[in-house]
Formats: sequence, structure tokens, C-alpha cells
Amino acid sequence: MNVRSQSSGDFLSQALGIPLVRKEDPALLSGRGRYADDLPVASGTLHAHVIRSPHAHAKILKIDAAAALALPGVAAVITGEDVRQLTDPFLIALKAPVHQWSLAVEQVRYVGEAVALVVAESRYVAEDAAELVQVDYDPMEAVTDPLAACDKSAPLLHPACKTNEISVRKFAYGDTAAAFAAADRVIALTVDYPRLSFTPMECYVVVAEYRPHDGSYDVLANFQGPFSTHPVMAKALRVPGTRLRLRIPPDSGGSFGIKLSVSPYVVLAAIAAKITGRPVKWVEDRAEHLAAASSGPNRITRIEAAATLDGRILGLRLDQLEDYGAFLRAPMPGPLYRMQGSVTGAYDIPNVEVTNRIVLTNKMPASLIRGFGGPQLYLAIERLVQRIAVELGLDHLDVIRRNLIPAEKFPYRTAAGALYDSGDYARAVATAIGDGRLDDLKRRRDTARAAGKLYGIGFAAVVEPGMSNMGYLSTLLTADARERAGPKNGAVSMATVNIDPLGGVSVSADVTVQGQGHQTVLSQIVADRLGLDPADIKVTLELDTAKDAWSIAAGTYSCRFSPGTAVAAHIAATRIRGRLAGIAANQLNVLPDDIEFADGQVRSRSNPDNALPFGRVAGTAHWSPVMLPDGMAPGLSETGVWSPPELEPPTSDDRINTSLTYGFIFDMCGVEVDPVTFSVRVDRYVSMHDAGTLLNPLIADGQVHGAFAQGIAAALYEEFVYDENGNFLSGSFADYLVPTVSEIPPLEILHQETPSPLTPLGAKGMAEGNCMSTPACIANAVADALGVKDVSLPLTPLRLHALMAGKP
Amino acid sequence: MRRVNKDERTRISFTLNGRAVSGEAESRMLLTDFLRHVIGATGTHVGCEHGVCGCCTVLIDGVAARSCLTLAVQAEGRAVTTVEGLAAPDGALNALQQAFQRHHALQCGFCTPGILMSFTDYLARNPHPTEDEIRDVLSGHLCRCTGYAGIVAAVRAVSAGNSKQPS
Amino acid sequence: MKPRRFDYVRPDSAEEAVAVLAEYGDAASVLAGGQSLMAMLNLRVAEPAVLVDIARLKELDYIRVANGKVEVGAAVTQNQLKDWPELGGRLPLLAAALPFVGHFQTRNRGTVCGSIAHADPSSEIPLVLAALGGEVVLRSQRGTRVLAAADFQRGVMTTARAPDELIVAARFPTQWTRGVAFREVARRHGDFAIIAVAACVEDRNTLRIGIGGVADRPAVQHAPISVAADAKDMFEKLAQELEGYDDLHASARLRRDLLRRVGPVVVEEALRCAA
Ligand code: FES
Ligand code: FES
Repeated sequence: MNVRSQSSGDFLSQALGIPLVRKEDPALLSGRGRYADDLPVASGTLHAHVIRSPHAHAKILKIDAAAALALPGVAAVITGEDVRQLTDPFLIALKAPVHQWSLAVEQVRYVGEAVALVVAESRYVAEDAAELVQVDYDPMEAVTDPLAACDKSAPLLHPACKTNEISVRKFAYGDTAAAFAAADRVIALTVDYPRLSFTPMECYVVVAEYRPHDGSYDVLANFQGPFSTHPVMAKALRVPGTRLRLRIPPDSGGSFGIKLSVSPYVVLAAIAAKITGRPVKWVEDRAEHLAAASSGPNRITRIEAAATLDGRILGLRLDQLEDYGAFLRAPMPGPLYRMQGSVTGAYDIPNVEVTNRIVLTNKMPASLIRGFGGPQLYLAIERLVQRIAVELGLDHLDVIRRNLIPAEKFPYRTAAGALYDSGDYARAVATAIGDGRLDDLKRRRDTARAAGKLYGIGFAAVVEPGMSNMGYLSTLLTADARERAGPKNGAVSMATVNIDPLGGVSVSADVTVQGQGHQTVLSQIVADRLGLDPADIKVTLELDTAKDAWSIAAGTYSCRFSPGTAVAAHIAATRIRGRLAGIAANQLNVLPDDIEFADGQVRSRSNPDNALPFGRVAGTAHWSPVMLPDGMAPGLSETGVWSPPELEPPTSDDRINTSLTYGFIFDMCGVEVDPVTFSVRVDRYVSMHDAGTLLNPLIADGQVHGAFAQGIAAALYEEFVYDENGNFLSGSFADYLVPTVSEIPPLEILHQETPSPLTPLGAKGMAEGNCMSTPACIANAVADALGVKDVSLPLTPLRLHALMAGKP
Repeated sequence: MRRVNKDERTRISFTLNGRAVSGEAESRMLLTDFLRHVIGATGTHVGCEHGVCGCCTVLIDGVAARSCLTLAVQAEGRAVTTVEGLAAPDGALNALQQAFQRHHALQCGFCTPGILMSFTDYLARNPHPTEDEIRDVLSGHLCRCTGYAGIVAAVRAVSAGNSKQPS
Repeated sequence: MKPRRFDYVRPDSAEEAVAVLAEYGDAASVLAGGQSLMAMLNLRVAEPAVLVDIARLKELDYIRVANGKVEVGAAVTQNQLKDWPELGGRLPLLAAALPFVGHFQTRNRGTVCGSIAHADPSSEIPLVLAALGGEVVLRSQRGTRVLAAADFQRGVMTTARAPDELIVAARFPTQWTRGVAFREVARRHGDFAIIAVAACVEDRNTLRIGIGGVADRPAVQHAPISVAADAKDMFEKLAQELEGYDDLHASARLRRDLLRRVGPVVVEEALRCAA
């Protein structure tokens, strides 16, 4: 790979689109990262430890903290009663009496639920004290199976709701009944997507301080956004947003959606600081993280297709039952609705009916997770497409190709309202299978099968949305209810470029750092506009709600960086460039149109010797604002704001353009199932991506590799297991199996670049794709290898053993 | 016989990256906490505190070990090396660190210090490992971001570079 | 996830160590490599009043060959033994099993005797010790005794060690160096085995087979090679006898089926290796 070093000093005339190595790395490689737990805290800071429920469902009868409070060094033991007095329940997206506070109030609803907070001089002492707190419970019957929870006889999690199935919405796009009437065959399948998380290596960290003079809270947390959660936290604390200053540290040890759910602990630490009058720090440990931090929702999808004999899909019906665990936390049920517009995936299917159901069970609350609804949806669709091929005696790949949206139909409006911006799916598939790749897979399969081995080939074709429409969640409400609540839509991105008197360029933006290399890419974008070296651009991404430009869409999630914040930075840099060009034109006596930015100079294009150093021009703006060209605003700071008009609110018939960009992924793989050890070996895996224009191919490939490993994890290893009584069985890294390098097969990555016409840089979101495609692709390959219909993930030895029962 | 009673705080001294360090702690304090919060060397990270993830890996007398499974008092008198000790005093990255940057072997960087320390030990014992040997050592670490591909490539590049130098 | 309070002692000799054990009895835990014990302390599932740190005891840091056995002192780490140049020649079965023990980083600290003391039913070193008919050397103020592996490991994480005793060494017999094979099935590389099977050829006529992860401790079988050559039936019988157990990663049935399938493969490998 051709990688240019940005520290080498060689000038890069074209800073964008090249595999530039990351400016983040030297500090992180030297132990000089600044993660939340690394930052200094005020002297006198106390340390908190959470006492958690051992029961899946129980009434809290009594909490006796006397012995704990008597232990030297213990400042407070905070319980649900304190929380109820000092805070309000978190707002949720649904009108339903599901009240959650930051500690359990009166009853617990899942193993691991926070019951009390011990605050002491050190974490060690806080844990000692926790063992002295006596909590009396009255256990109740629990329900963990989502279907059982829908049953009338099931124990109710929130009795005021009168049901655990707290939302059922039906959607009809096109004439699905006619499609099914016209079909040669109806092919149906039920698919079960498991519970898992992508467990960032750094757990949650919160440091909270209370400022009594104005009743405000100053909180540092490794929160990832979306900042639509900020008002939820402020409301819970009963303060206006300005009195909850939330600061995000400069580095974060991964997130993958999970660090949204630090938000209840922001509120908890904040009131602990208020109660104790001292700053309070809480660092989640791994056991707490596994039991209680966050999980992706598990989903049962009943899906059926109206198909012609040659495999054309005329219509689809989906019934999706999504299990959010014990509470519905904002912005849930995101995963169920984020894919609503693209519910037909990569296929040209004009008729579809969707039923979305939300059920609550005695499990940890589910929330954001990388892939965000995509993995659940595509497991159903892609398994169905494979079944269509099997049941109709067709080739799987032919059925995929027959139904893909043709290139000439772009921009393409899906049945459910998404506007697919660009794509050439057929070409991507042709490239992926070309160069003998598919032939090689078939050869491997045939050789293996001839030797009596269990070998299968899998495919998956998925559409990857980027940058969510903030209005998509309102599809959860009926059109009438939406009308009453006021329209919700759009997604605002912001980035600020500053130039100092010496010409130093600094950038800040509305994203939170998690490891995606945003500093590097932002420096490339701004350097590209200003004719500078990316190494000269200082990017600072420690979001501070009191000082930075942010909107409810801020944060790093749903692949919003490339189609969103990157564009805002481009806009800001372009505006500043225009201003500098005006100043330089004056001084160089040329027209602004003749100005170019290159080699650290601002110069005349027609006569490059007529030039000024970049810093000189910047200095003029600072030192001589009076002498600026007529009509030019002074100051060298620009905030670019990007709000694409395509992100419209849901229509009255519930059509919704859920995202701005839509990339495409086509995966294929060969797997061998070992009948001796009941394990799956991925023999070869090819992943083709079209994410529009790539801003930095090195970083893009890194995202693909990372998402692929998580896709493999979901397909083969990771699962949160509860028994039928709600006991949690995956409470350590010895039980919850994160794949090591030994479990991750080699991956071949291919790219095609079909620029998005809707973003100035042509880039689409691209970091979640293989979390969506890989589980489906592996499931299809195993189904092919074993000749079975029902494949549940993850494909553990236990599940393979059951699937292979009766086989030699 | 060294003895620290449960209610006592004791002074613990060792060398960290070649310099003498010392601080007070209880017998139960983990080496991770001692390094990070007593000494202030926060480059060593904590990912699980039960010995699985490898984020906390440091060298003790040159040997890679999980510092979350080590008591601070066990490090007494030892030579401890952490990620802060890898780069040159002027901040110049060493060959392994450079290879990690070149091959995009890190994203969030949280797992990275531990992985660097493991290979610092391993490459000193075996400067030209095979890919299988690299994978075997790396399997003692969890990384959630990279899918490991860049890490393997980085260590391979270093071992290839090693082969050009006289050992 | 921080340990409870405990007294820490670091004796300067094995003699001092057993004196402390005599004083505290079962309120004491011996800390060697700490790869299991420290995790249990962090999780607060163990609560010793005193930790006796023997990791630095030079007198226990030895590997020696005597009386047809390799004796491994209690301070020897798994990697020290794995890297011992004579291991492959003298104890090929252990050499085959050691790479499956944890990871490079944990083997750097985890001790051979610590693994034996921990007595996890699916752990590799106790399995090899049992399969080879090895011994454990225990020392206390009352004296020294030597137990056969079969008498030492009593059940899931239970051993015959008395509270005042220190495991000072383990002894692995070296007479069987031909025809060895070792396999295990684990969820991930380096995890505890779901099942593990070890085999070595004893002499012209018999095979020793060790099975881990199926019963509450390693099971050892001596089989005539004539029988072993048709291993299917033998493992069928063993599967019935040992029953297996359920945990998160495997059911008893899966364990039995794994044994039925992996067992013959290991026997075949051992016989092929002997030929
Ligand atoms: S923190 Fe030590 S191994 Fe995970
Ligand atoms: S780089 Fe984030 S965990 Fe490895």
C-alpha cells in the first residue's frame, strides 16, 4: 500500500482521498492518550461504586446502609428514593408509562440494574462498603423470552402499560396484497437475531461536579452522542440545558454505539455530586459493563416474499418483534425504525407491508449498537433470498441479481420512502465475483464436498445508510400524533475553522472521538481547501456543550461523519478560503478568481510568483480589519453548517427518507463446518464496498476490517445469554466471547466509488457495513453447507450440534 | 520476609522505564491502579481487570504480564516497563510504534499499549516470528476496533525489518 | 472490581512459607503466578485473610531430571517450562499441550504447579500430569508427602492439599516419549477446553489416554492397542461412563459427542506418531 507520512514534511497538493497515516497515532502509541480516566480530577474527588440487582424481577423492600455509612471513608449511599426526589424519569420516545430513573425505584427489572450508589474516598473502599449495604428483595416472576412476554399471562414489567408489547405499528407501502395474489409462490421464514454488544475496551467513565452558586452541573463523560440525549439528561436533572455542561474527553476507547448509554450515569453522578458536595467520579468495571451497560436489541422477524417462479420478488411482508429489555431508553426504538426507509434492502421491491412491535422483557435495556437495526433486518432479508433460491431450485446469486435495483433507476425512491442517492449494484457484484473469485469459491466447495466435507457458499447484498434523518423516529407515531407533536426532520452538522494571526489553522467539530480518525480526515479536508499540509492543521475534538457549536444531531453514530460533519468542515474551510482570497487579491492586485492556494502560499494562478505566504494573509485579517476589502466581514473564524434538504419529515402515509446516503455492500464467502468439533471455519471472505468517494482509503479499510470482525463475532461468538428466570450468564470475558485474532479469518476488501450527488464531497457513510452484511453472509453459507433452513446466531458448537443432530 | 498487613499502607518502590519511582499503597492495590493513579503513568490501560483483554500488559523484568493480575507490592524492586518507555526521549517513535502507525494498527488506541508491550517482549526473544507465531502472541489481546489485520501487518513489517539488521 | 483487604506476606524461603501456612491454615492462599487467583480476588469471589507470595522463591525455581521424572518447582512458569530445551525430548505430550494453556502473556506468569493446584477439570497441565501418571510434592511443617496425580485432584477445583501444605513441585514421568497426541476443542484459542484428549503409547501393547473437560477431573484410561485401534467403541463406552456436564458453552451431550469424535482422531494420531 502506498502510504504517505504526514510528518515527513513533503507537501501534499492533493490532501484528500489519499491513504494518509493518522495524526492521532503518535500520542496514542506513546501512552499519551487522554482518555476519560486519565484526566486529572479536582482534589477531594470521591469515587463511586454501583450496587446492582442480583434479581431479574423483584420488589425492593428495604435498603439498609447503616453499616456501610459507618465504614471510614464512606461519604454517602444513594438510593432510588433520593433519585426520585431529586430527578425526573428519563423522557422516552413513546407515550407510555415506562419510567426509568438512574437507580431502580421500588422494583428491579433486570439482573445488573443499578440499585444504589456508594460514594467513598476510593473505589476500593466504595466496594468494601457496598458489601455492607443490605438490600431486601421480594422476587417476582420474570420473563425473558420476547414471545412469551407478549402473552397475556406474562408477568408485566410496567403494570401501568397493561402489556409488555408496548407498541405495535403497521405500515403498508404499495399494493402488497395484490403482489401476493399475483405470486407464483410465497416463501416464508422466521429469523431470530441474538442479543450482543460490541463491548468497547474502555468502559464508561463519568466525573461530575455540582456548582451550587448557579445550580449547574459540570460533567465529563465518554458519551458518544447523539446529543438529542442531552435534553433528556438535563430534563431528568430538572435544569435547563445550559446548566448541564457536558464535556467529552479528547480520546475515547471505542464506542460502537454503546457509549450513548452512559447517559443515565451522567445523571446519577451529577446528583451524587450534589448530595455529597464533592466532585464524584465513577469508572464502570467490565462485569458491570457486560451485565448492564447496553446491548443491541434481539429481534424475531417473520418474513415472507411473494415470488415469481424465476425468483423475482413482487412483494414482502415483515413482522418484526424487537425486544428492548426492561426499559425503552431514548432514542429507542431507533434500531427498529432507522432502517424503515430501506426495509427492502438492495432490492427493487415496490410492495411491502411492515409490522413493528416493541416488547419489554427482564433483560438489560437495549440501545444503540453499530449496525443499528441493519444486522437484524438483513439477516431476515438475506436469509429469505437464499430460501427463495433453494425452494425454487434457482441459483442464489441469480436471485440476488434478478432483484437488485438497476443502475439506471438511481436516484431511486424505495417503496418505504428512502431516496437512494447513487449506486451501481450490478457492477459491484460483477467486480466482486470477477477475477476468478467466485470460480475459486466454487472450486473450493466442490473439492471439499468431493472429500465428504460440509462446505457452503454464502452471499449477502445490503444497503448501508449514512447520516440519519432526525425525524425517522417519529415514524413510530401515527401521522396524527406526528402532526400534533410538530414535524421532525433533517440533521444538522457543524464544524468550525479558525485561523490565528500567524496563519495557524485549527478545527473543531460536532463529533465525539472514538477512534475513527476524524482528526486526520478533517485535517485533510481543510488542508485541501487552504493549500496547506494536513500536518499543519490542528484538530481538537473535545466537545464541550457550553462552548462548542452543536445540535441535537451531534455525536458520532449512524455513519454521520463522512456525509455530515466532513461536509460542514468543507463548507467552513471554503468560506474562509473565499475571505482570504479577497484579502490576497487586494494585496496582490489581481482578481479574486485568479487566486489559488498551494504550497502554503496564496498566489496568482496566472503568475505564481505574485504570491503571499498564507500566514501573512491571515495576519492581515487579524491586524488590519479596517483595511479589509469592502463588505467583507472581519475575523477569521467560520462555522460551517450543513443541513441537507433531502431529509424530509415522514409523509402522511409514513414514507420516510431515513438517511441521507446509501452505500452498497456485496459479500461472499465459503465456509466449512467441522463435524468433529462442531465449529465453522471461514475459508475465504470477499467484501465489496461502494461508499461513494473515499476520503481516506487507509482509514476506510480500517473501518471495514473492524466492522467485519464484529460481524464475525455476531455470527459465531458473541451473545448475551439469560436463562428463563432472567439470570445473566455472560458476566465475564470468559463467558462473553470476544474473538481474538485467531478467530478472525482473512478478509479481501474491494471498493467501487459511485459518488453521492447529495454531498459536496461525494462521500457516504461506511463504517457499519459489515456488521450488517457479515452475519447474514455467514448464516447463508452455513445454511448452504448443512442444507438447513433455520439458522440461529451465533453459530456456537451447541447450535451446530443441534443443527447437525442425526448427521454422521 | 516482607509483610504488609491489611490495614496498613506501605511504601512501594521499583524502577519504571529506567527511573526509580515510589508511592504508598495498601497490600491489595493492583499494579494497574498504582501505575495509573499513584504514579500517574496512565498509558497502561484497564479493560477487564480479570486477565482476559491484555490492555494492561506491561513488562516486569522484561517479561510481558497482565498488570491487573499483579499487586503493586509484587512489583517491589523490579524493573517495570510501560508504553511510556518505548519512544526515544525526544518523542521519536521506535520501529514497532512506527509500523503500527504505517499499517493503521490502531483506531481508538485503547488496546494498543498492551499489544506493544507484548511484542516488545516477544520480538526480543524471537526477532523473526512467523505469521502464526505473531497471531499466537496477539491472541492474548482483545481489540474491538481493528479486526487485528493492521496489527499483524505491522508486526510482520517489523520482523521483516529486523531481518535486514544484523542481530 | 477491586480485591478485599488481605495481609500480604512474601516469605524468603519455602520453610517460612509453610510456617505461615501452618499459622493461617485455610485462611491463607498461596500466590504464585496469580493468573487465576488474582482474577478471583478482583471479582471478590475469593476472600483469603493472607496471601503468601512464593513467586520469588529461588529454591522453587528449578526444572530437574531425576529418577525417570522431570521435576518442576512451584515457582516455574508455564513459559519457562515450554521454552525448556529438553521438554520436547523428554515430555513430548506436555510439549504438545502447553501451547494450549492460556496465552503467551499468562504463561509468562502462570506457574505449572499453580495450574495443578487450581484443578480446573478442563485445564491442560493437570490432564497431562494425570495421563502420564505424575506426582505432586507437598510440603508442610509436618513433613513432605508425595501424591499420585490421581489421588491429588479430587473434583472440580478440589484437591487433597491440606490447608497447611505447600505444593513445592510436580513430577512428570518421562518414560513415554513415542506416540503422543493432544487435541482440544475450545471456543477460542487459549480458552479452557470444552474437552481435551491426550494420548501416548505406553509400550507395544498399551495406550494411555487422558480426557479432560468431561468429568469433574481428568479421566485416565489404559487400553490395549488392539482395542484402541478400533477406538470408536471405546470412546462410546467412555462417553457413557463419564457423562459430561452442562455449562454455558457446552451441554453434557455435546461433550459426549465431542469425545466420541475427537477421541478416535487423537488415538489415530498417537498410533501414527508411534509408527
Ligand atoms: S485489564 Fe488486565 S487483562 Fe484486561
Ligand atoms: S484500537 Fe480500539 S480496541 Fe484496539
